[in-house]
Amino acid sequence: MEIGKLQRRYLDFTSTLFHEGFLDNQFTQLQQLQDESSPEFVLEVVTLFFEDSEKLLDELSRTLDQQAVDFKKVDAHVHQLKGSSASIGAQRVKNVCVAFRNFCEEMNQEGCLRCLRQVRNEYFLVKNKLETLFALEQQIVAAGGSVPMMW
Amino acid sequence: MAVDTETQFHVLAVDDSLLDRKLIERLLKTSSFQVTTVDSGSKALEVLGLREDQQPEHNEIEVNLVITDYCMPGMTGYDLLKKIKESSSLKDIPVVIMSSENVPSRINRCLEGGAEEFFLKPVQLSDLKRLRPHILKGKSKEQETENTTIISTSTGTTSSSGSNKRTAIAIDEDLAPNKRTRLRFSSSSSLTLV
Repeated sequence: MEIGKLQRRYLDFTSTLFHEGFLDNQFTQLQQLQDESSPEFVLEVVTLFFEDSEKLLDELSRTLDQQAVDFKKVDAHVHQLKGSSASIGAQRVKNVCVAFRNFCEEMNQEGCLRCLRQVRNEYFLVKNKLETLFALEQQIVAAGGSVPMMW
Repeated sequence: MAVDTETQFHVLAVDDSLLDRKLIERLLKTSSFQVTTVDSGSKALEVLGLREDQQPEHNEIEVNLVITDYCMPGMTGYDLLKKIKESSSLKDIPVVIMSSENVPSRINRCLEGGAEEFFLKPVQLSDLKRLRPHILKGKSKEQETENTTIISTSTGTTSSSGSNKRTAIAIDEDLAPNKRTRLRFSSSSSLTLV
């Protein structure tokens, strides 16, 4: 595929991610912080987010699976997940975390389990979207073009 | 001697989250600061030269500002703030607190405890523009009080290779914006209080 088409596809895809709320302005901030002195910045930060989140999701499953749930511990994990999703602009993940923390406060195990399912879904959705985004970037660069930015 | 506004100042960033450390480091470097990051309050105190025996070492690194997360296991950002402000050798270093949670009582507590600013996470580049005035204020005050100071200081220009001397930064009480509430709400809220 020629560069122009690849670039347009990239821009359309990015645009959709924002419109559908997967990403918010914080992600754009990350892109703006990337430059020649830190050319892989977004990828590095997003990779940290992936690693962090999967660890947290596992911990959450374990903690919520107990007979006597330690809601303070659950809340601490969700707080961390909320923080890192907010830091990279993963808006839908962050929003579920807000609801999740409310259920923790109410010590509502059922509500927490529902949120866990939801947050896991949203996480894997955004992970998939971001991996696609990076793949599209790589395609453009491999074809000899430059990745267009949206601002 | 005019304060050189192009001087690279050294910021110590404290956050237990690796992701957030990476982010704040990038933000600070983009804003032309020299950066050291640590993952805890106790490590921060080590870098600042304040150990358990409360005696500052002779070869600690010069730090012009500390920016710290509030929620950290062990020593919180507030605890770190108090330790810095209670130390005769460190109390003049400006401290900024970051938090992902917008809790007015927490914000007030930090500002009253001596924090210069309170930033809501995720921190933006525009927030960091507010750091330089705090550092410069302290540095220019230091020039004025040089002749009459009773604080033991050894003044050295901040070079990129790092000065080995401790420079006490005196911040005039009137100029310290401790009483002013500067809040930046998250972008989802429509209220910005300055």
